[in-house]
Amino acid sequence: MKRDDDFADRRKHIANLTDEELYARFWELTEKVVDPLLELGRKNTTPSVERAVLLRMGISSLETKPIVEGCIDRGLMGKGAGHVVYKLADAKKISIKEAGTLLAEGKCWDEAVNLFRGGK
Amino acid sequence: MSDIILKHNEKLDVENILKDLDKYRPKRRGWTWRTPAPGLSMGPFTYKDAAEPLKNGIGVPSSKYFDGIDPQPQPVITTEIASGRFEDDIRRMRMTAWHGADHIMVIRTAGQSHMDGLIEGTPQGVGGVAITRKQVRAQRKALDIIEEEVGRPINYHSYVSGVAGPDVAVMFAEEGINGAHQDPQYNVLYRNINCVRSFVDACESKKVMAWAEIAQIDGAHNANATAREAWKVMPELIVQHAINSLFSEKVGIKPGNICLSTVPPTAPPAPCVYMDLPYAVALRDFCDRYRMRAQMNTKYMEASAREATVTHVLNMLISKLTRADIQSTITPDEGRNVPWHIYNIEACDTAKQTLIGLDGLMEMVELKKDGPLREQAREIKERACLFMEEIIETGGYFNAVQEGFFVDSAMYPERNGDGIARKIEGGVGYGFIYERDEDYMAPVTAHFGYNNVAQYGGDPENPSALIGGCTFEDPDKIVFIDELDEVDNVNVRMAENEKYRKTSLIKPEMEWAADGVVMLNMFIPANKRTAEVIAVEIGKELGLESPEVINREIMQEAEGTRVEIKGKVGFDIDVSKLVIPPEPVYLSDDEIREDVKAHPLKVVCGTVGEDEHSVGLREIIDIKHGGIERFGIEVHYLGTSVSIEKLVDAAIELDAEVILASTIISHDNIHYKNMKRIHDLAVEKGIRDKVIICAGGTQVVPDEAAKTGIDAGFGRGSHGIDVATFIVQKRRQKRG
Repeated sequence: MKRDDDFADRRKHIANLTDEELYARFWELTEKVVDPLLELGRKNTTPSVERAVLLRMGISSLETKPIVEGCIDRGLMGKGAGHVVYKLADAKKISIKEAGTLLAEGKCWDEAVNLFRGGK
Repeated sequence: MSDIILKHNEKLDVENILKDLDKYRPKRRGWTWRTPAPGLSMGPFTYKDAAEPLKNGIGVPSSKYFDGIDPQPQPVITTEIASGRFEDDIRRMRMTAWHGADHIMVIRTAGQSHMDGLIEGTPQGVGGVAITRKQVRAQRKALDIIEEEVGRPINYHSYVSGVAGPDVAVMFAEEGINGAHQDPQYNVLYRNINCVRSFVDACESKKVMAWAEIAQIDGAHNANATAREAWKVMPELIVQHAINSLFSEKVGIKPGNICLSTVPPTAPPAPCVYMDLPYAVALRDFCDRYRMRAQMNTKYMEASAREATVTHVLNMLISKLTRADIQSTITPDEGRNVPWHIYNIEACDTAKQTLIGLDGLMEMVELKKDGPLREQAREIKERACLFMEEIIETGGYFNAVQEGFFVDSAMYPERNGDGIARKIEGGVGYGFIYERDEDYMAPVTAHFGYNNVAQYGGDPENPSALIGGCTFEDPDKIVFIDELDEVDNVNVRMAENEKYRKTSLIKPEMEWAADGVVMLNMFIPANKRTAEVIAVEIGKELGLESPEVINREIMQEAEGTRVEIKGKVGFDIDVSKLVIPPEPVYLSDDEIREDVKAHPLKVVCGTVGEDEHSVGLREIIDIKHGGIERFGIEVHYLGTSVSIEKLVDAAIELDAEVILASTIISHDNIHYKNMKRIHDLAVEKGIRDKVIICAGGTQVVPDEAAKTGIDAGFGRGSHGIDVATFIVQKRRQKRG
């Protein structure tokens, strides 16, 4: 879009604000811009968020990717990739690391899916 | 923590750094600011705004006149080191730390921001370093050792962005990284990463950074570097800073760790301070809760290191007149090559020298409370406020991006229609956003957003307790991967240049061990085009491999051109085959004093010719500068612009044993001509065998001086002790 500088017109409603009022207005507006962005982060997840969860669970970076891809393929992202590993480890009475390696090798996915009753 | 202790006169052993990395744990986490030392006294000076000094460091060149003092300004000083070979960068990091850098930034290799996951191993980077756990751990380990040596914490920094932002953030938190760039707007605008993905990822990355107390730097300054008329994006810059800052604060980063990457938008020939200062004031007015990371202008950076340096000094004037918590440095050679060792040092010295030079300024001047400064600042703030207003009217941030609001080259609300527009449904990583189910769960620390650990009896305040702690609580759970590529790794690279570490062979270098690169600076009396060709030819004749012009500046269209070239030397120098004369030996102070006591000594001295310089000679004679007076030598100082005749006549009249002449001006070899005249006149007056004649000056080459018939010449860097030692030894010789 091309537009001429209409600053003189556009500023009329803020022209008489004090510096403090302008400051307050600016940050109120900023808050309105960022709040919906934070809400997106609270409700959603992504492959990199899930890989970062798996890393913190002590799973190798070489394994985080295939595990997350496995979750995507089986509709398990909404559960959380860390959750899938956690649940499998719990069900099989093995460590988180061992469960991660099994999933990364493409093993035990049916079992994982069943643990979530087929996913959502 | 490492048990390696560096010795200041020994090279840092990179191979040793790489040993046992799998077991290495960083010694601390979080960002460190410098400790202010108001009223600090160093040498003859008192500083108002200095920070605590280093234990080991190298002052600016002229600090040698003051016993090598190296006062440090309060802002943290950044240097960017990323040659592509992290192992060579480690040595550069040590050099910059000695010159005052305490924030070392590593740029990533080209394309890393589009890699979906962590890179492992140590592949060579292009235009930056491949950021991997091994590389990060090695450099943090080296800096843990270097900071002990210089006596000040060093902040280590890289980038948390791209499609693997959260992965990288976790690795950085685990490895004790202290600072990071994180700004989802940068991903969206410049890396075309899907905007929803960028913000969802950013929530997680920032939450992790908050946990690790990593200081965050935003990416707003890139709008300035991208827009055609850089200064016009000022309202938008404030908007970008505000969005990322408030977003970060709401995720949990404390305001004191949120740093705005702000750059004075323009540079000469623009009247830049007049344009940049209102912007700096407006930004600091609005963003008063956050830290300022003052970047230097690169927008109009050309190949002249001198021009870049002057712009950077002007940028620091803005820092000083307003506020800067971190002073970034851009190497002045960035306009022509991947930065070289020496320019990192130069940039750090420029920052240190300027900020110390401006110490205490704000006790004497203040910014006007009215007039154009405040009027323009108010206008910029209003324009920024209106920009934010229109984002909301358009339906929010994503719609605004889609409409091309950002990086438009007109001053908002004017629009040129050339902004960067990104589709909400598009870009790298689009389509990979998943809504969390009610039973979504992640049993880890510092995870952002909905997390149903309660379903397993977990504590929402401590989700990782479900798995007995994650890597943040138990670093032994971190999986360290060494190398994945058998060819492209640090061991192979270091084996190739091993002889330059393990033998007496030496090769010059600019960025990598034994790269052989040298730079030559010359004036060619020919027009620009011809001069460039001649300069390359000179490089070839000198035997340089791939000589290349890196800078040219016209002195006068027809009269000539200044040309800088670079090239590689194809040979090694074997130090073991060189005869390296020892550093000059001095008589002890006591020995000189005894000799002077036994044989009283009179000296006449002055600056000869039409020359008003007095500092150099004062250094040589004055007792307070450690000059020869301190040995009990009787000094008769005749002043500046002393004629040769007067000097020789004074020697006769006072029956002086020594004539000491200072001669600074060297135009047309006048300094050597004057030396010869003193000698000739002394011969003519019949006193030559009675007097010792010495001359000194910054352009004096001792051997050349001796050829004029005088007894000794003293060049740059000479001190009273050099002169006194010579005189006493010469007298003993004469006495027999």
